[in-house]
Amino acid sequence: MSSKRLSSAKELEELRKEILAKRDPAKPVITICTGTACQTYGSLKIYQEFADEIKKQGLEGSAVEARPTGCHGFCEQGPVVVIFPQEICYVRVKLEDVPEIVSRTLARGEVIERLLYEDPVTGERIAKDPEIPFYKNQMRLVFGNNRHINPRDIDDYIALGGYAALSRALFQMTPEQVLEEIKRSNLRGRGGGGFPTGIKWETTRNAPGEPKYVVVNCDEGDPGAYMDRSIMEGNPNGVLEGLIIGAYAIGSHEGFIYVRQEYPIAYENTIQAIRQAEECGFLGKNILGSGFDFEVKVHRGAGAFVSGESTALMSAIEGKVGEPKLKYIHTAVSGINGRPSCLNNVETWANVPLIINKGADWFNSTGTDGSKGTKIFSLVGKVNNTGLVEVPMGMTLRQLIYDIGGGIPKGKKFKAVQTGGPSGGVIPEQHLDTPIDFDELTKLGSMMGSGGTVVMDEDTCMVDTARYFISFCCEESCGKCIPCREGLRMLREILTDICEGKGQEGDIEAIEDIAEVMQDASLCALGTTAANPALSTLRYFRDEYEAHIKEKRCPAKACKVLTSYYIDPEKCTACRICFRNCPTEAIHGDKNIVHWIEQEKCIKCNTCFEVCPPRFSAVRKISGEPLPPPPAPGIEVIREKKR
Amino acid sequence: MTVTLQIDGKEVKAREGMTILEAAKEAGIEIPALCYHDKLEPYGACRVCSVEVERKGRVRIVVSCGYPVEEGLIVRTRSPRVDRIRKVLIELIAPTTMVDGEVAGEIKKLAKEYGADIHRFESRFRTVPTRCILCGKCVRYCDEVVGEHAIGFVGRGIERRVVFFPEEARACLTCQACFNLCPTGKIPAETDFVVFDGFSIDDYLPGKS
Amino acid sequence: MVSKTKSKKSTKFSSAVRRAVGSYQKDKDMLIQILLDLQSMFGWLPQEVLAEVSEQLEVPITQVYQIASYYKAFSLMPRGRHIVRVCMGTACQVRGSPQLLNIISAMLDLKPYETSRDMRFTLETVNCLGCCAMGPVVVVDDAYHSKPATPALKKIFGSAK
Repeated sequence: MSSKRLSSAKELEELRKEILAKRDPAKPVITICTGTACQTYGSLKIYQEFADEIKKQGLEGSAVEARPTGCHGFCEQGPVVVIFPQEICYVRVKLEDVPEIVSRTLARGEVIERLLYEDPVTGERIAKDPEIPFYKNQMRLVFGNNRHINPRDIDDYIALGGYAALSRALFQMTPEQVLEEIKRSNLRGRGGGGFPTGIKWETTRNAPGEPKYVVVNCDEGDPGAYMDRSIMEGNPNGVLEGLIIGAYAIGSHEGFIYVRQEYPIAYENTIQAIRQAEECGFLGKNILGSGFDFEVKVHRGAGAFVSGESTALMSAIEGKVGEPKLKYIHTAVSGINGRPSCLNNVETWANVPLIINKGADWFNSTGTDGSKGTKIFSLVGKVNNTGLVEVPMGMTLRQLIYDIGGGIPKGKKFKAVQTGGPSGGVIPEQHLDTPIDFDELTKLGSMMGSGGTVVMDEDTCMVDTARYFISFCCEESCGKCIPCREGLRMLREILTDICEGKGQEGDIEAIEDIAEVMQDASLCALGTTAANPALSTLRYFRDEYEAHIKEKRCPAKACKVLTSYYIDPEKCTACRICFRNCPTEAIHGDKNIVHWIEQEKCIKCNTCFEVCPPRFSAVRKISGEPLPPPPAPGIEVIREKKR
Repeated sequence: MTVTLQIDGKEVKAREGMTILEAAKEAGIEIPALCYHDKLEPYGACRVCSVEVERKGRVRIVVSCGYPVEEGLIVRTRSPRVDRIRKVLIELIAPTTMVDGEVAGEIKKLAKEYGADIHRFESRFRTVPTRCILCGKCVRYCDEVVGEHAIGFVGRGIERRVVFFPEEARACLTCQACFNLCPTGKIPAETDFVVFDGFSIDDYLPGKS
Repeated sequence: MVSKTKSKKSTKFSSAVRRAVGSYQKDKDMLIQILLDLQSMFGWLPQEVLAEVSEQLEVPITQVYQIASYYKAFSLMPRGRHIVRVCMGTACQVRGSPQLLNIISAMLDLKPYETSRDMRFTLETVNCLGCCAMGPVVVVDDAYHSKPATPALKKIFGSAK
């Protein structure tokens, strides 16, 4: 890392040239994804192995470089490595593959077929990262940088053009001009609210009172969403640059980054980035010699979803408990210590340098009328290509799930896609051609939310899904206000009862009654939106609720109390796989003796159903019908000559 | 500066900075509330004082204890929507506040006025009733007015509780200010100053003898 | 007894708290950060530590307890030597985390947030670790395990002393 404190725009450009001069674009660079998920696949060891192997084969120094990067997004296929400049992408890389990759691909430019991504439909092996269907259909404007950057080395970010936007803003634009550009871009908050960012900035700027604050909300709490984590981990300077530009536009000299405690790597990388940015002169006094001062502090959360709500987050920054406050004056006017405070999500800030570099008109050329630009989604659940994806607003949900996501695994039928986390709702098949757009998703009874997109199939129970989200909010509620605390308590009891076959007439009406009071009367957005999953599943899957209540049947055969597991004696071949895997030893049987499940010991873990080989499919799930009696003991297996 | 607004069809003049609740009170219009106290900062926990406000044709539900008066605002302290909110709120807190199958005091009054069925959610309330609605008047009075910080909130969500801190609570013997503030009568019923039986931080801390 | 008065016996705690409070220049705004550092140091937050924080940082004991009891990161009771965390995020949910939790709960004979008698294990649930592609996920100490089958779990728990 270069160590000079820059004091002019010119010096920044000179530094950039200097860094680039030392980087031969033809020199192979292998980037290894070390985002949290790939790390759990062992990618840090793999990176170390590459570093060691490169030395061992005498390729270090100017010949070849190994670079650990943040998340690339293709989580299902991790560990992922990409070799530049050819952009060769190897997936599911193992430690044993490293020497071969170094000697063949890095040293000689040879492609190793077996490590390439294989298209599941055509069987074709695809060598180049941008040609893999998962990536091809994306528009990785914000997230794409992750592949090139070691988040612990600011030089990588500068080499990519980092901090050019800051320089432009400070020296070629007035704060008002920066504000105008963001307003013109129509950028809307990426944290869930979708509020026009430019207007929020303007409100903060115009509000009376000093000092003004800017805040990065990295308290990403929606379960299933990890976009912000990956941006903060993989490109903290991208967020910092946006924050400093925003501070300049608003007239703020002090900022905060609030990171969830559950994201230790993001926290460490952010601290490191701040340190390096300060050393370079992008933070602190007299930034780049412009006369503009700005400092930033990092606060860790301590494990409370509700602390991501703006008044709660600001309370936590003040050292008080992170629960929402009664407030009818927007935090942009009265926030931290009663001062104007502009809070935006990580992804929102990360879009700012792009807009300043390329202009509002460029930003407006992507997206729909009401939703410009791109959005990063975490595409998870019952989908083949699980990972983080960035797509232009306006792409349809179907394209997202099928063209990029690769559809539903194991040939199962799509049932719904859940968006917006605990504040959102489910979207069924008939609406899959809806374009991704803030207002379109809201019209369907869901919302864009922070980007968590959970795909559900025929085996997912919609009532259980509502119960899950309500339970989540019940646990995360701060408990201050009656409608949320007591409303969620009661909704959880009712939904749990329904899932356990104890649903009663009038339950659906009670759910709707409580939900509407929560929407009207809760103190904060957790309370007003917590019942959305229940209302949304009722809107599209009321039949499932009625089956649970009236017939004590779970159509998806997922609700434990309403579902029993049964081994069909005519299909069982006593392969013993289920017996070996049953965690409670509830399965009885022997070689050549038909197996059977002792219901009292069965904990409905679904293991036997999953491990029974598909060619036998002897395990059945039964719901809403009486269970056949266990077979007479000692029945021998029926073996047919041909199956 | 004077602000003119309309509450329940009546023209009301208020001072800028007043809340709807305060302005209504001065105009002789009663809005029920459980967590409001004129010596305390508005807290917004009970939501009983919710009202409908209309501005430029847009209707919202807000809590009158916290919403500042605005010129030309139209306020309705009763309406089907508002009444339903109050009814359901009482139905939700009834199980935890019931003593011998009955509710008392302000909660009983509200149950009657809004036609709440206090037994509606009883069968599904499956935990030990605390008799506390977490209005926070005791905690806030001790913090903001008395300055002793002898009583506080612990926990979160449905595990949120109010507890005394015995070492700080030495002044409680002579103070007793929170006793009359408690809308459910829990504090006077369950406190005996020395032990704060079942009610102190030491009982809350897990594994404590 | 939650004590307001300074205990002369707890110099181990008072010096640790002094270091933690000092590292943030005794800034009251950093109360949550201070408690996070102390939780990390001790593995839990003993009463003596909380009383020291209240005293040294000059904030009411009620505020310290409110924060310590509000957040999942803080434990007011000692925890086991091995922390087992099952991710209950939506993606893991859809891929079977409740069943995984059942299995682990049965194996360890613990309900979530319980610690085993021999102080070997504490079972916890977590809402989304961000490893959705690997779901369902369980973390034992700092090791992440993806879709662990029963035999693998038996091995992991067996080897954790």
